[in-house]
Amino acid sequence: MMLASVPGQTFVDSRRQVGWGSSPRDRIVRGLPKPPPTHFVAPLSAGNAPRLRVSCGEGPHPACRCIGTFLTQHTSPAGARRAPGTRRADGLSARPARRRGACRLLAALVAAAWLLASCAAWAAPPGVRVGSKSFTESYILAEIAAQIAEEIGEAPVARRFGLGGTGIAHEALTSGEIDVYPEYTGTIGRFILKDPSVTALDDLRQRLAPLGLAVGDPIGFENTYALAVRRDTASRLGLRGISDLARYRQLTAAFDPGFMEREDGWPGLRHHYGLALANVRAMEHALTYRALTSGRVDVIDVFSTDGQLSRLDLVVLADDRHFFPDYAAVMLARRSMVETWPRTWAALGRGLAGRIDSAAMARLNAQVEIEGRSFAEVASDFLGRPRPASSGHWSGRELGRLTLQHLFLVGVSLAVAVALGVPLGILAAQRPGLAQVELLGVGVLQTIPALALLSFMIPLFGIGRVPALVALSLYALLPVVRNTHAALSTLEPQLVAMASVMGLRRWQQLAWVELPLASITILAGIKTAAVVTVGTATLAAFVGGGGYGTLIVTGLALNDVPTILAGAIPAAAMALAAHGGFEVLDRALVPRGLRRRSAAVSR
Amino acid sequence: MSTIEFRGVTKRLGGRAAVDSVSLVVAPGTTHVLLGASGSGKSTLLRLALGLLAPDAGEVLVDGVAVPALARADLARRIGYVVQEGALYPHLTAAHNATLPARAQGWSPSRTADRLSALVALTGLDPALLARYPSELSGGQRQRVGLMRALMLDPAALLLDEPLAALDPIARADLQAQLAGVFRTLGKTVLLVTHDLREAFLFGLGITLLRDGRVIQQGTFADLARRPADPFVADFLRAQAPPPAMARYLDDAG
Repeated sequence: MMLASVPGQTFVDSRRQVGWGSSPRDRIVRGLPKPPPTHFVAPLSAGNAPRLRVSCGEGPHPACRCIGTFLTQHTSPAGARRAPGTRRADGLSARPARRRGACRLLAALVAAAWLLASCAAWAAPPGVRVGSKSFTESYILAEIAAQIAEEIGEAPVARRFGLGGTGIAHEALTSGEIDVYPEYTGTIGRFILKDPSVTALDDLRQRLAPLGLAVGDPIGFENTYALAVRRDTASRLGLRGISDLARYRQLTAAFDPGFMEREDGWPGLRHHYGLALANVRAMEHALTYRALTSGRVDVIDVFSTDGQLSRLDLVVLADDRHFFPDYAAVMLARRSMVETWPRTWAALGRGLAGRIDSAAMARLNAQVEIEGRSFAEVASDFLGRPRPASSGHWSGRELGRLTLQHLFLVGVSLAVAVALGVPLGILAAQRPGLAQVELLGVGVLQTIPALALLSFMIPLFGIGRVPALVALSLYALLPVVRNTHAALSTLEPQLVAMASVMGLRRWQQLAWVELPLASITILAGIKTAAVVTVGTATLAAFVGGGGYGTLIVTGLALNDVPTILAGAIPAAAMALAAHGGFEVLDRALVPRGLRRRSAAVSR
Repeated sequence: MSTIEFRGVTKRLGGRAAVDSVSLVVAPGTTHVLLGASGSGKSTLLRLALGLLAPDAGEVLVDGVAVPALARADLARRIGYVVQEGALYPHLTAAHNATLPARAQGWSPSRTADRLSALVALTGLDPALLARYPSELSGGQRQRVGLMRALMLDPAALLLDEPLAALDPIARADLQAQLAGVFRTLGKTVLLVTHDLREAFLFGLGITLLRDGRVIQQGTFADLARRPADPFVADFLRAQAPPPAMARYLDDAG
């Protein structure tokens, strides 16, 4: 799996720089269309979102979904044990300790309730959830489908757009996070069924039925490799199909480097058609259009629904001897959705099947990619409806659900980071040699961009909450480990030595003396981790992890600022709330004597 | 009864000998004072006796056993340690500070509470102060809590490192008298570090004068005053304004 990110604002068609899988469609991971600069609103790192092109191989499924159990671990460092003694008057009564213990118990209960609520929040809301991969064509088709479903009104409709490549979208479908999304027959055969020979629709349906999946009728276009020439070249030489090229050795061609090498690209094509073009060169896909229109080359490879095709008035040569695999667009759905909402499914068939040919799809793509229109607009134009009001993509209820998801992401990953980070910090403080290695390690983790870290998790943990939680936990480790280490290694030496002189065993020194003394600094590290994680968790949506990022991703995809803000503002508010919450927690967890002293110092 | 013995102990710290071939025996039930300017190696000797440092040469014996051979908890039962300003834990109340050693030994709550009451009576700390945190106590009160903590396990030996140095004169005089009383009544073996001649005079049956890690002279105060081993001893004694009771010895010597 790879991740590419294109710096700068202009989104060039760089999709061929990113490849995965074995079919042309699998190689395509298109970026989102260029959003106007004003759309990079919040100070969230999600501002980089549209430049993410995540793709993935066939990673193993999530191995473990039980990270939540970490939450139940009680990680409070300040030894809650109270000193022996029963008499109140002698000052031995454990009043402060007991109150502290009660606070911690309360905190644990709140955390447990929160966890349960969050898990419940994940239970899918009833209705039709339409998904899409993260490239223009998939967004447009999904938006059209969503609008059709909304018009039928049989079920509430939710949009779960931008689910990366096939791996993520398919995982989302099988795990029940979405009900339906646009897919290509070739991809279904190669990637989902792992059998490229299955391309006929009936075969696909037969093979998908046991998996609980259904396929609609073909939408009417294919998105596959194709060869294109200028219109004047086509008419001058009478070129209609690829086989016509065999007669013209003198034509020059520029192909994408990937296409040049793939067996289902140029080598196979040349052999299949007996082509003998004398002058074939490799060229980045983004440049081939310009090379073609400027007359420097005559033939380039394209995707059959590229928006550029209609804009530049190019002629696509027919694959008249059927070399390129069948990549017909269809809607792929869960059987449960088909059965629960039959009218919606039927309407999708009526509205989409046979309605969009390659040229029409290329025009729709061009409307978004070249004219900069929103998916919603393009979709409603296609359906012949009035343009939709903006911000129809979120509601109060949805926001509540996303809030719980976001809290879950932050809460669990923070709990894991604390459960791992505090012991690691303790270990580092006791072994200076190890400390260097450890701090370097967590430091390096922090230098990985959060988006990249998230995408690294996909091959390991699939998509959804698990990879998001793992990445977020790793990301939150640094402040926890570093502060724990720093606090413990800068304790007043005399206070530490005294514990040893008094005959405290090592764990007693740690639990009764060192950790309580270090608690302010350790909590500060946890607080930093919490606030950072609230922000970083918005990126979880890119791997289908849910949370406020879902709205941000959708808003970015739809060029819809209100929807972006609907995700960004609550995320910012939650970060502030986390900060405030920790002030309260400080009061509950930091020993009273320490607070008093720090207050005295600050006076 | 307990003995503390240094046999030709040398400890190098930071490239120089902080303690250089020191031999010293503190007899059971007596109070011995380590006297010297700062940096003379007094505190290092205590840290060696507590096992916080290991000697480079020679050995330190507590009750005839080399310190490294004693388990931490065992050593804690034999030796109590009091330092300047008490080194109390800011996150624990006075009572919890004082009883921490008992907690580490796994004493029962009632035994701990009884011991605490006894120590409150012994040190004269106002019981109402036990629930306070160290930051809410005066220097003298903190030092009393520190002493209670050192005595918690009823060790036969006490090591005190400048226990009164940080106190104001009134609190110091008050606590000085109290400490002297405590040492006498309890019959502890005491090794006390100070740079204050008055304290040396008040507490010390035996005095060891140190300079740059070496023993310059050992003996009673009268020995030091009357027969100084070298000019440094006489200078050291004269440098501090002598109270009247000491002046007599100094005059005799002069």
